[in-house]
Amino acid sequence: MIGLEHYLTLSAALFVIAVAGIFINRKNVIVLLMCVELLLLAVNFNFVAFSRYLDDTTGQVFVFFILTVAAAEAAIGLAILVVLFRSRRSIDVQQMDVLKG
Amino acid sequence: MAGVIFFYALSGVLIGSALGVIASRNSIHSVLYLVLAFVTSSVLWLLLEAEFLAVVLVLVYVGAVMVLFLFVIMMLDVNLVQLREGYTRYAPLGGLVALILAAELIGVIWFRGEGLPADVGLTPHPAGYSNTEVLGTALYTEHLYAFELAAFLLLLAIVAAIVLTMRRRPGLKVQNVAQQVAVRREDRVRLVKVEPERDA
Repeated sequence: MIGLEHYLTLSAALFVIAVAGIFINRKNVIVLLMCVELLLLAVNFNFVAFSRYLDDTTGQVFVFFILTVAAAEAAIGLAILVVLFRSRRSIDVQQMDVLKG
Repeated sequence: MAGVIFFYALSGVLIGSALGVIASRNSIHSVLYLVLAFVTSSVLWLLLEAEFLAVVLVLVYVGAVMVLFLFVIMMLDVNLVQLREGYTRYAPLGGLVALILAAELIGVIWFRGEGLPADVGLTPHPAGYSNTEVLGTALYTEHLYAFELAAFLLLLAIVAAIVLTMRRRPGLKVQNVAQQVAVRREDRVRLVKVEPERDA
C-alpha cells in the first residue's frame, strides 16, 4: 500500500532536483523560471497528498491558489524576460549588473 | 498491487523528466520535459483522487503556461552556446546543497514522521462522491474572499504583463483608420484642366 511517506518522498525528490537545477543553470533565466515551476509543483504534491490522507479539502483549495499565483508569476516573469532581451540582446543572468548591487 | 507498480512507474517517469528539465542542453527540450512532468503529476494526482486539480493542472499548465514558455523561447533568438558556458562551475555546490536538503527532508519524513496518518491506508471515496463539488463548495463558501483576491491577482498579472511588454516606437508608419474613414472627396481629388497639345 502506498503511504503518505511515499508521496512526500517523491515531492522531496522533485524539490531537491529543482533546487539543484537553480544552482546548475545559473545563466539561463528561462530554465530558472522552469525550475521555480518545478518547486511549486513539488509543494503542490505535498498539499494534495496531505489533503487526501488527512481527508481535508482545504489542502486542495490551497493548491488551487498556488496554481493561480504560479500562473501570474510565469506571465510576469516572461514579460520581464522579453523586455530584458529587447534592451540587452541577452538573457544571461550574470550580465544583469546595471544596478551594481 | 497494480496501484503500487503504477505509482513507482509514474514516480520514475516524473523524476526522470525533472532531471531532463535541469540537464537539457536546449531550452525547448527543457520545456517539453516539463510538460511530461506536469502530465505525469496530473496522473499521480488522479491516483490521490484529486480529479479536479489533475484536470486543472493539465489545462492551465500544459495548455497555457508551457505554451507561453515555448512562445517566448521561440520568439527570443537566444545564443545557447553562450548560455552553456560555466555550466559545471556551480554543479559541485548545487550537488552539495541538494544532498543536504535531501538528507534533511528524508530525515523529517521517514524518521520524525511517526505521527503521520500513513499506515491506515486509503479508503476509496464512496460512489457518487464528486471531488469537484466538494472543492467548489469549499471555494465558494469558506474561501470566497481568497477566491476573489486570486481573481484580482490574475487581473493584475494581465495588466502588468501588457504594460511591461507594450512599447511605442517613434517614427513608425501606421494607418490612422479614423482619419482614413473620415476623409471626403474634396480633400483628396483635384480636377486639373489640361490643355491639349498641338503640333505647331
